[in-house]
Amino acid sequence: MTLLRSQPEGERDTAAPALPSVPRRTGPLTWARDLAMGMRFAAGGGREGWIRTALTAAGVALGVAILLLCASAPTLMNAWHGREKARENLGQAHPPPRSDRTLLYSTVDTTFHGTGIRGRLVDPDGTHPPVPPGVAHLPGPGEMVVSPALKDLLADPDSALLRERLSAYRIVGVIGDAGLAGPRELTYLAHDDALGERNSYRIDHFGKNWEAQPLSTPGLVLVIMTCVALMTPVMVFIGTSVRFGNERRERRLAALRLVGADVRTTRRIASGEALFGSLLGLVGGAALFLLGRQLAPFITLWDINVFAADVAPAPLAALLITVLVPTAAVLVTLVAQRGITVEPLGIVRNRPPIRRRLWWRVALPLVGAGLLVPMAVWPGPIDDPLATTRLAAGSTLLLFGVTTLLPWLVERVVGRLRGGPVPWQLAIRRLQLSSGSATRAVSGITVALAGAIAIHMLMTASQAGFAAAYAKSGRVPLITLWGDTTSWQQTARTLDTLRATPGVTTARALLDANAGRMPAPDRDPSRDFPSIIGVGTCAELRKVARLPSCRDGDSFVTDARRASGTDRGVSPGATIDLNPPDAYNNLHPTPRPWTVPPSARAARLAPLEDGHRLYYDLLLTPSVLDAARLTNPTMEILVRFDRDVPDAVEHIRNTAARIDPTMHGGASLDNPHDRQYDGVRKAVFLGAAITLLLIGIGLIISTIEQLHERRRLLSTLDAYGIRRATLGWSVLWQTALPVALGLGLALACGLSLGSLLLSVIDSDVTVDWPVVAGMIGIGGGVILFVTALSLPPLWRMMRPEGLRTE
Amino acid sequence: MSIGHTLLGLLESGPRHGYDLKRAFDEHFGQDRPLHYGQVYSTMSRLLKNGLVEVDGVEAGAGPERKRYAITDAGITDVAQWLARPEKPEPYLQSTLYTKVVLALLTDRDAAELLDTQRAEHLRLMRGLTERKRTGDLADQLICDHALFHLEADLRWLELTAARLDKLAEAVGG
Amino acid sequence: MTPEGSLLAAEALCKAYGPTPALDGADFSIHPGEVVAVLGPSGSGKSTLLHCLAGIVRPDSGTVRYGPHALTDLSDAQRSALRRTDFGFVFQFGQLVPELTCLENVALPLRLNGTKRKEAERRAHDWLAQLEVEGVGKQRPGEISGGQGQRVAVARALATTPRVIFADEPTGALDSLNGERVLTLLTNAARDTNAAVVLVTHEARVAAYSDREIVVRDGRVKDMAGRI
Repeated sequence: MTLLRSQPEGERDTAAPALPSVPRRTGPLTWARDLAMGMRFAAGGGREGWIRTALTAAGVALGVAILLLCASAPTLMNAWHGREKARENLGQAHPPPRSDRTLLYSTVDTTFHGTGIRGRLVDPDGTHPPVPPGVAHLPGPGEMVVSPALKDLLADPDSALLRERLSAYRIVGVIGDAGLAGPRELTYLAHDDALGERNSYRIDHFGKNWEAQPLSTPGLVLVIMTCVALMTPVMVFIGTSVRFGNERRERRLAALRLVGADVRTTRRIASGEALFGSLLGLVGGAALFLLGRQLAPFITLWDINVFAADVAPAPLAALLITVLVPTAAVLVTLVAQRGITVEPLGIVRNRPPIRRRLWWRVALPLVGAGLLVPMAVWPGPIDDPLATTRLAAGSTLLLFGVTTLLPWLVERVVGRLRGGPVPWQLAIRRLQLSSGSATRAVSGITVALAGAIAIHMLMTASQAGFAAAYAKSGRVPLITLWGDTTSWQQTARTLDTLRATPGVTTARALLDANAGRMPAPDRDPSRDFPSIIGVGTCAELRKVARLPSCRDGDSFVTDARRASGTDRGVSPGATIDLNPPDAYNNLHPTPRPWTVPPSARAARLAPLEDGHRLYYDLLLTPSVLDAARLTNPTMEILVRFDRDVPDAVEHIRNTAARIDPTMHGGASLDNPHDRQYDGVRKAVFLGAAITLLLIGIGLIISTIEQLHERRRLLSTLDAYGIRRATLGWSVLWQTALPVALGLGLALACGLSLGSLLLSVIDSDVTVDWPVVAGMIGIGGGVILFVTALSLPPLWRMMRPEGLRTE
Repeated sequence: MSIGHTLLGLLESGPRHGYDLKRAFDEHFGQDRPLHYGQVYSTMSRLLKNGLVEVDGVEAGAGPERKRYAITDAGITDVAQWLARPEKPEPYLQSTLYTKVVLALLTDRDAAELLDTQRAEHLRLMRGLTERKRTGDLADQLICDHALFHLEADLRWLELTAARLDKLAEAVGG
Repeated sequence: MTPEGSLLAAEALCKAYGPTPALDGADFSIHPGEVVAVLGPSGSGKSTLLHCLAGIVRPDSGTVRYGPHALTDLSDAQRSALRRTDFGFVFQFGQLVPELTCLENVALPLRLNGTKRKEAERRAHDWLAQLEVEGVGKQRPGEISGGQGQRVAVARALATTPRVIFADEPTGALDSLNGERVLTLLTNAARDTNAAVVLVTHEARVAAYSDREIVVRDGRVKDMAGRI
């Protein structure tokens, strides 16, 4: 009508009956209208429509939440590193001169019951000292500020020994979040006016000058692998969730065609439906993410524990996710429609059965392997950008190769299967006809597992070295302490105090210091290896070397030179320099010559049962040399204790802290890597389990949908008297076959990728089979899970109601 | 179709004048062939002779149309037998069947029963034709098919009528 | 109401789906080698009667006897076994497993009964030949015509040489010619093997292949042979 009215008056009568005009259906307005219509369908589809939309939204939400989490990793690490950088200053090459604005700063980290506690001592030089972040003003002498977590720990009834260790300082405040690496960090900052210049740094500000170290290669590889292994299943899951309820959607689109919608319109409407679900998912994902990050303070990974607020995606990444996820949803919908034409009376599947070609599927992993193998055969430096890119690209291609190879593999393997029992036959025939949806889901599992296996191998390898070393040295209940000393008398007093500590069985100590050759014009003494002088009573010396005989006043030249293969110019009667260059800021000190007594005798260093190597070149009894003439003499105390005495280690640490808070302690008792490793292993397991569960949910939904489509057939089979078990088994096989192939592929790919990567970082290839088995077990669990949850609907659909005509 | 049985059936619901009978007949069955008064009169005389109806009363100045007829017990039995008897299947059977169905409804009889009876009769014939088709030559098959399709059409109509009985009952009753 | 020598007989069957009764005191019996058409308007309970007779559905009350067995007293597993061995089924559509080839579809009930695959497929092939569709054995149901598919379905129903064949609108989705051929083949095969056929249909021409018809109306059965 409007068309006619717009025509000139005269033509109206002569105009032939017009065909209905075909409006150009391309304008953005049309697009918007069609999309909106699709969204209305998604929103107003009744109960079933809502369930479908909710499923899609839930899938997308999960995916989005994980994507946001991944996108938060850089900001998270930045925040974590940033706070660490801002609060720390462990000395400078050129210390600032003492002034009103400087302070002495010292590290007094300690360990309590296996947990590390970061301790810092300050002693301001004047009235305007620098203040680290999170602290309003420095505590006064004998006072300290503590992190909330340490405050809680100190208040714990079991922490009496820790309270005793820190009893020199009174808590006057709590360190704010800005001064903490994470909410669960144990740290304190105390003012100790007895802090000497020898065991501290003078600084005039807090904040590191140097940048955080770039991630180590294994670390980088780990991060890349984790991202690939985590993202792919998420993508797969999003793809699967968008397809939920596809069959019903197709029927509705066919109905739309019947009332006159053209093919493009139906595509746009379908896109609109997908868009609605994914937009809903986007909102849900954001909510899930915000909710989930509240858990961050309770999680510690790689000793990294952060505040909830640190878990924030980079704005650009967040924007990309917001735009790309709905776009991807629409694209998946369109791709799913590629092979079909929606006709008014139904769906025409006009895609000829694609024979999956092998070459490009093999090409991906082959190129990946091609990139990695040379690096593995000839391990070289891998910290340049090119090598890193190559490594990342190689691993990614290899992992993605799994996704591309799997459909081909499933098709091939299934295509060759024949016969077998009835359930088996039903399953393989079904897979032969369409293995697409099953493989799609399973490829997610496969990448996740292959990635998890590779990640785990990398970790096991780096862990194996630590574990072996700790296992060896941890056999001996031994704690080593070292600190500054001024004289043998002071060292002897320390030794006595330690021997009186409960649980200590033996303790021995030597005072030691460096010496060097006398400078000569033709030689640069700063490039010499210094020789080491050990001072102690005959009793102490006998514990480190076999002495022919010993009285106070004796001296001994050891065989350390032979062991190390370098001549340090230490021999009876030789003149050595007691003030050698220290190799960094004091390259040409004034020499302090001293002659080794000509009476010095030879002695053999004793092998020590704890694996320590001894390195003393010259052993002296206290009266031979006044320790004050030595440069920066230190003492090393080896304390052995009785494991059966409770908290012996803590008592020893307390004694050491009382003698000198800056005394360092070392013990091969608690492998800190164990804790790291444990956390990461749990995370890998949890991640793998969650991914598999995610995929499992997708599988269940598509299986149930498929069963729903075949309702009538199932009822017919029931009428035939087919056993429920027979169909149950066929569902099991139908799930198990692709999953088993996927697991096999994941195993092969994960192991080879892991081995390659380990060779690249020049590490021994070890496989933690129980963990691999565990992951395979999770995969098997998913099969059972999917089958078990598919059985009730299967049985429901086998009821004869399905036979009644609709 | 039997006008006699139809008129008898119409009388079953109560005595009527000849004039009423014609009107009722025309209303229900006479869409394309209304009855003449003469037909009513001659039919009624024959029914009277056979004792199936009786004259219930005569008004002044009586003509056949002014007589009031009532059905006798014999008449009722006759109608019942007629209704229950399946018609020999033949083309254009519907009008007879239709009459029967409406009468069955008017007389509160079970019309479904009637349809089932008729279908059984049809099927008997159809079985024969099917058997003949199975053993016969092509010409036989063609002839049998022709008849079978006609018979099936009858039965389709019957099914449809059965499905519509509720509606029909309402219309007739009202 | 249980005539002498009947193979399958039902008495006073009642079955309700929710508040609506589908069967309300239905009786039925069939003799070996007999073809009985089950007629009646849609929704009258025809299919429900068939389901009860075949032991697919357990009636709320009443009994179904198959020879000496009270079907209604058997366990689900026993009834399933009976359906596998003694009964055959043909439905209107949706009965062939789309993934299996036609040959495998026909062999399926034999294999469910424990016949070895080779033997089952050999016999399946014979049945396909008998139903004039030996050529489609290797094809899948989606690749053949409706008429061929229904013949495959009949072959499948006959493959176990059942004693009762239940056919629910077996030609409903077919054109006349194909429908007649399928019916001829089905009833011939049944007569040859002395199997009883319960033929649910709403078409008189289909019912004409029967020896006797019953009418189901409002959940009750009228045996037209027994009418006066």
